[in-house]
Amino acid sequence: MITSFADWLVFRILGLSASTLFGSAVHFFVYDTIKIFFLLVTIIFIVSFIRTYFPPERTRAILSHKRTYIGNILAALLGIVTPFCTCSAIPLFLGFIEAGIPLGVTFSFLVSSPMINEVALVMLWGMFGWKIAVIYIFSGLVIAIISGIVIGMLKVETLVETIVHKTPACCAAVPGQTSFRERVDFAKSYTLDILKKIAIYVLIGIGLGAWIHGYVPADFLAQYAGKDKWFAVPLATLIGIPLYSNAAGVIPMVKALVEKGVGLGTALAFMMAVTGLSLPEFLILKKVMKVKLILIFASIVGVGIMFTGYLFNLVIK
Amino acid sequence: MKIEILGMGCPKCRKLTGIVTETVKELGISAEIVKVDQISDIMNYGMMITPALAIDGKVVVAGRIPSKEEIKQWILEKQEK
Repeated sequence: MITSFADWLVFRILGLSASTLFGSAVHFFVYDTIKIFFLLVTIIFIVSFIRTYFPPERTRAILSHKRTYIGNILAALLGIVTPFCTCSAIPLFLGFIEAGIPLGVTFSFLVSSPMINEVALVMLWGMFGWKIAVIYIFSGLVIAIISGIVIGMLKVETLVETIVHKTPACCAAVPGQTSFRERVDFAKSYTLDILKKIAIYVLIGIGLGAWIHGYVPADFLAQYAGKDKWFAVPLATLIGIPLYSNAAGVIPMVKALVEKGVGLGTALAFMMAVTGLSLPEFLILKKVMKVKLILIFASIVGVGIMFTGYLFNLVIK
Repeated sequence: MKIEILGMGCPKCRKLTGIVTETVKELGISAEIVKVDQISDIMNYGMMITPALAIDGKVVVAGRIPSKEEIKQWILEKQEK
């Protein structure tokens, strides 16, 4: 349906020819833009509605009775549905630790929550199809669970800074019961907020993607970053670290790069680094943990991401 | 009346501060607006998600930016007591 609308708009109304580079680039842009915005609105609304049932206090209550393994698995899963933003990382981290949640379990949450986020999922689904989106969720969960277990085994509790304050964090005053109407309102305003924030990046990303799609020769990049190049995965991971806020714009470009010969595993590693390893988050976390712990955390997650990249470069033909 | 904005300087906290300042002006009441940006103070409130808004020491909303209407209602409720 979207295809016929894009056909109609680009070829009939604008009078562009499907056989020209410009025509096919514009068609690609119109089609992807409509599809992505439709998915963004639907999915973000659903996810933010579900989220109203999982405020951090509830997640913490669920996790506080859990130990290693079960705790790590639950923490990674809850990371998907608990709202998380980089600026809340510190109070959340301290709140978890003070409630007696093991450090490793807390880290499983800290890895999965930003990495498996609704915007990245929509972009992956829209650009690469649901199979890749599912692979992404699954690999993200595995990385979060394993990283947390490893950090738990390292016994690095001494690297967490102690913040002195009067009252225990156990008894947060959660504002009253939420009605169905309020949940819908929250989901609506959250969806609008996110859309406003990322719309421009999505458009730029799709625009650049459309340009690459139309103008860069197929397999052009295979010689530089094909899956037989061992350095492609670590390089992609490194480049992804400082790109946190632009996950929405990065994915359409990655799609175009994959078309031109970049390995799919390399692309996955890149996107996981963009969402899961974030420089601003590390800087914020410095207030509550020693640099050594941040480095340990980043290296473990980084190794996990690169492993995933190599694995999917091998498996997906 | 003391209105506190809890948050460690993120863009949302700044936006909330702006909305609260405007609301207070529109209502024409005298209120002290305080930014709480030290983590130890935020933890004293038991908050795990920011931005949050506390009126006279009680948290009324956390994790989202409320509308002016909501803020007005909370302020008026406090004043009645």
